[in-house]
Amino acid sequence: MAAHSTAALTAEDFQGPGDTPVFLDAEGRHHPENGTMLGFWLYLMSDCLIFAALFAVYAVLGRNYAAGPSPKDLFDLKLVALNTSMLLFSSITYGFAMLAMEKDDQDRMQLWLAITGLFGLCFIGLELYEFHHLIHEGATPQRSGFLSAFFTLVGTHGLHVSLGLVWLVVLMVQAHMRGLGDANKRRLLCLSMFWHFLDVVWIGVFTFVYLMGVL
Amino acid sequence: MTVRFLRTLLLLPVFGLLSGCNMVLMNPSGDIAMRQRDLILASTGLMLLIIIPVIAATLFFAWRYRQSNTEAAYDPDWHHSTHLEVLIWSAPLVIVVALGALTWISTHTLDPYRPLSRIDASRPLPEGVKPLVVEVVALDWKWLFFYPDQGIATVNEIAAPVDVPITFKITAATVMNSFFIPALAGQIYAMPGMETKLHAVINKAGMYEGQSANYSGSGFSRMNFRFIGLDQAGFDAWVAKAKQANKPLSRDAYLELERPSEREPVRFYSSVDSGLYGQILNMCAVPGKMCMHEMMAIDAKGGAGKDSHANRARLEYDNRYAERGDEGNAATVGGSGRESHSSEQPQGMKPKSIAPDVTPRGAAEQPGTGHDGHAGHGDHGTSPSDGPSGADPVAPGQLNK
Amino acid sequence: MFSNPDLQKLLFGRLTLDAVPLHEPILLITFAMVGLGGVAVLGGLTYFRLWGPLWRDWFTSVDHKKIGIMYIVLALVMLLRGFADALMMRAQQAMAFGDVEGYLPPHHYDQIFTAHGVIMIFFVAMPLVTGLMNFVVPLQIGARDVAFPFLNNFSFWMTVAGAVTVMASLFVGEFARTGWLAYPPLSGPAMSPGVGVDYYIWALQIAGIGTLLSGINLIATIVKMRAPGMSMMKMPIFTWTALCTNILIVAAFPILTAVLAMLSLDRYVGTHFFSNDLGGNPMMYVNLIWIWGHPEVYILILPAFGVFSEITATFSRKRLFGYASMVYATVVITILSYLVWLHHFFTMGSGASVNSFFGITTMIISIPTGAKIFNWLFTMYKGRIDFDVPMLWTVGFMVTFTIGGMTGVLLAVPPADFVLHNSLFLIAHFHNVIIGGVLFGMLAGITYWFPKAFGYKLDPFWGKTSFWFWLTGFWFAFAPLYVLGLMGVTRRVQHFDDPSLQIWFIIAAFGAFLILLGIASFAVTLVVSFLRREELRDVTGDPWNGRTLEWATSSPPPDYNFAFTPVVHDHDAWWDMKKRGYTRPVSGFQKIHMPRSTAAGIILGVLSIVFSFAMIWYIWWLAALSFVAIAVVAIGHTFNYARDFYIPVDEVVRTENARTALLAERV
Repeated sequence: MAAHSTAALTAEDFQGPGDTPVFLDAEGRHHPENGTMLGFWLYLMSDCLIFAALFAVYAVLGRNYAAGPSPKDLFDLKLVALNTSMLLFSSITYGFAMLAMEKDDQDRMQLWLAITGLFGLCFIGLELYEFHHLIHEGATPQRSGFLSAFFTLVGTHGLHVSLGLVWLVVLMVQAHMRGLGDANKRRLLCLSMFWHFLDVVWIGVFTFVYLMGVL
Repeated sequence: MTVRFLRTLLLLPVFGLLSGCNMVLMNPSGDIAMRQRDLILASTGLMLLIIIPVIAATLFFAWRYRQSNTEAAYDPDWHHSTHLEVLIWSAPLVIVVALGALTWISTHTLDPYRPLSRIDASRPLPEGVKPLVVEVVALDWKWLFFYPDQGIATVNEIAAPVDVPITFKITAATVMNSFFIPALAGQIYAMPGMETKLHAVINKAGMYEGQSANYSGSGFSRMNFRFIGLDQAGFDAWVAKAKQANKPLSRDAYLELERPSEREPVRFYSSVDSGLYGQILNMCAVPGKMCMHEMMAIDAKGGAGKDSHANRARLEYDNRYAERGDEGNAATVGGSGRESHSSEQPQGMKPKSIAPDVTPRGAAEQPGTGHDGHAGHGDHGTSPSDGPSGADPVAPGQLNK
Repeated sequence: MFSNPDLQKLLFGRLTLDAVPLHEPILLITFAMVGLGGVAVLGGLTYFRLWGPLWRDWFTSVDHKKIGIMYIVLALVMLLRGFADALMMRAQQAMAFGDVEGYLPPHHYDQIFTAHGVIMIFFVAMPLVTGLMNFVVPLQIGARDVAFPFLNNFSFWMTVAGAVTVMASLFVGEFARTGWLAYPPLSGPAMSPGVGVDYYIWALQIAGIGTLLSGINLIATIVKMRAPGMSMMKMPIFTWTALCTNILIVAAFPILTAVLAMLSLDRYVGTHFFSNDLGGNPMMYVNLIWIWGHPEVYILILPAFGVFSEITATFSRKRLFGYASMVYATVVITILSYLVWLHHFFTMGSGASVNSFFGITTMIISIPTGAKIFNWLFTMYKGRIDFDVPMLWTVGFMVTFTIGGMTGVLLAVPPADFVLHNSLFLIAHFHNVIIGGVLFGMLAGITYWFPKAFGYKLDPFWGKTSFWFWLTGFWFAFAPLYVLGLMGVTRRVQHFDDPSLQIWFIIAAFGAFLILLGIASFAVTLVVSFLRREELRDVTGDPWNGRTLEWATSSPPPDYNFAFTPVVHDHDAWWDMKKRGYTRPVSGFQKIHMPRSTAAGIILGVLSIVFSFAMIWYIWWLAALSFVAIAVVAIGHTFNYARDFYIPVDEVVRTENARTALLAERV
């Protein structure tokens, strides 16, 4: 709630004179720690489990081609590699934005955030292009268990990135309107965790779905 | 004394009820079920070793340390005892170790996939005995049994000779069911596109109840069948009776039979199209469909490439009732003759290419017909073909390419 | 309705007037009753001018105590619906033999048993547990609210939105006819083309979001906001069980979300996750849903264990025996609950070694559970047990639950499960642990903390009446089901051929009637206690001579819970304070920092109802519109930075002085 982020006090901090124990924090010294980062991390872990479930489903269904196309027939590794680099770059630029935020350099931070957003947009654009291409070829999510699992896993990640982009824009507006106060910094840090988390998930997708599918 | 007498008096009707009812699981007629009963009794006995003292101690402590009993000891700060802690963790542990050993052994010896090694407690299986093979298919909502060695098939009735091992191979046509003859052996799921197995033997001649133990839609409650234990001569006569029915089970006859229906009477088929069970198991009884094992062979080789669009239609299976013009079965619209509250099929059901034409104009205005649930039952039971297709808003002709 | 069917489809999706089941007399009577009841409630609220206070002090409140109470109110209302379903099933099964069809045709009966399961687990047991944790945990750890007060309000309204969605299925369309876990392919688009399964999916998805967020919230609260000195091993046991339960929630509910999302894709888009054809795998659904489903059982029971631990210690006037082993037992159960899911489907044919593994892990859970029972037992030993109503529930629980636990371990032996699976024996078993464990625990907890929430105790006479009706009713209702299970009778059957079974179903129906009397007595308890509230008033804030911090403040507690944050030196902090001569300060108060109320939660809840309704009925424009509205409101809420305020010193002084006066008056 407030800006006090001092370490938690223990009972020893409240020793009264002599043997009389102190039962109350009469001066109001105790301020509960802010739980936002922990809470957001817990959310990320729960999100991670959704991805874990989707990965598990892909592991089960990933070879059920239903006498249809397989990853080797469909995936264009070059395109996916380009796509991956977009997301990895966006993570780096988000890191630069956070460095600027630490220095309270609003302008530079906004610039890096905008670049991050552009990389993210490219990622989504390339992914949509890939999906469009696949569907055009008849490799729709309805075609086989493998394609259902593929579109859902990759699509869920894409939805997360899209959500992250909306969030990014909202935070850029809020940082612009209200400056880099505690609340906004905390929010930008949460988005930072979210963004890097999506990066990690994508590395899983890239390895597990694309590389292992084609190679 | 009087209290005890009264209590006995009160309990009498309970005992009366218990002795009056037939607890088939406690008094089964097949060796597997008998061993399962013994296991239930042994495990219960083992657990009662700890459960009874705990309940007794709960009631005793509750009474002994009640507030009004000021004579009992009171020690408000007593909250730890290493001895007791060791005891309260190790006592259940000992029981679980014993039970775990029992579980491991019994699960392996009573594995439904494991061929029998004995006929009953006193008789091992003689060498060279060929088990009776029965192929079981759970349909909506009746049971179809194939006897591959005898070349016959039956609906809702099976027979087996006493003291001869039976091998059941079990699958289903649409949704998951569970094949369960309580007097014979434990249940196992019947699942579409998959085969489970059950080995069992019946030791006493007689008529037994069989049922689906897993809910499968509106006709589920009446998805019962009869299991008959017969001596060898009786079994031969039963097979001969089926042969005399002079009614072959062709692929077409199967596709008629497969349609959802309730309360099917017992039927016998004198012969069976070859490979029909395999086709059902592989979901290719409908002509022109690709069999699962073919599909899996293609998939194992890495799929059929991009130009394999034709395979999709050949593999569509779940929508076949809708494609044939029957209503969707099971949960929403069953043999009860009732219409779904929504008269339109969800998008997922429509083959994409022809989806725009599926729903005729004004389909949504179709009035709900036939809310006479009970009246319809009997009729549907005897003739599965006259399904409630008249009220179906999805025109069958358009769906059959 | 419209001459142009395209236009009608565009506007109303697949919703037509036929969807309102006017041809069902049972539903018509329900409509009438709900309608009349609704009018009466709304009229009463208007007449007594309660809309304003209700909105300001409750619906938009972020106070964890009020949200906790609202959760419990929601659960009790939904209990009536779920129990009405139970009565209908018992009546049907007691009469439908031979030529008698009973009064519920399969399509109606099948909806009822599905709805009964879904409602009792998701909208009765879950809100009871969440509500109790919400109310008690911050008080027990000496905090002023939870870590994310707005999120808490939002979670509650999402749970309400789920409940409203389920209730809507009663009046518009139908509910799922699949059983409470909706196994595909039965629940897939081909076999269940109606709206029933869609109602099921959206109700659970929305409520699931609420549950997940509330789980995150309470973990952060317990980890970050404990009073100074309250180390983990000094936390009250209820808080410990709440922590473990919320960890289970965060680790289990995402799986439910994912599996239901995939089922929706199968139904809406035509993918092949759980279809028979084109490479789908229905068994995967069964695995995934139970990976959520088994931890769910422990999500429900652990807080009940916590409640019993608090009650046993308090009413035995004795410190809890074996605190540390109680904590370890809870943690062990938390971990093991993830390793047992397959015991729900031994009969799928996984093979003997897999089955034995999961059977044995299941049995291992009975070791820490057994240790807990022993701990309560030895807490009673050398105590001075006051058999007030909460303690009666506890002893009733210990006896009932032990037997339920035994039948549970029996079901964990795979070959035994082959004959008992899906039978009424199984039904009897899980009602034995869920009623005898969870429900008894929650009713005990409500009785125990009621004076804290409202400032007066519940009437003990009617409380005891309710207890005895519940206990005897439970055994009359479920002992016959054990017997029937051994007679080879399976679950979800709407009609029987064998007339010799009927007597057992009649006994079970009689048991359900006794439970009805138990529920009625509980309602009477609430009314009588309200009328006699002056006699039952608790001025001290500590009506049971309690041990934990919630009893250190007034009943009901002020908005800020504690004028000064307590400092904890030992287990049972309040007992320690009382023992060592703590005196309540009467001066030196300061302003208090608190979160501010917001309407965003309830608005998002209402929009979620609209969204789910539109999705269920394929009203795509409305779905899109409400989705955009949800996004706009959610983003708009983040622009509100004024989320906290200070309660001024004079207000704190006024509140505390009033209490000082009250306490003085009593002495």
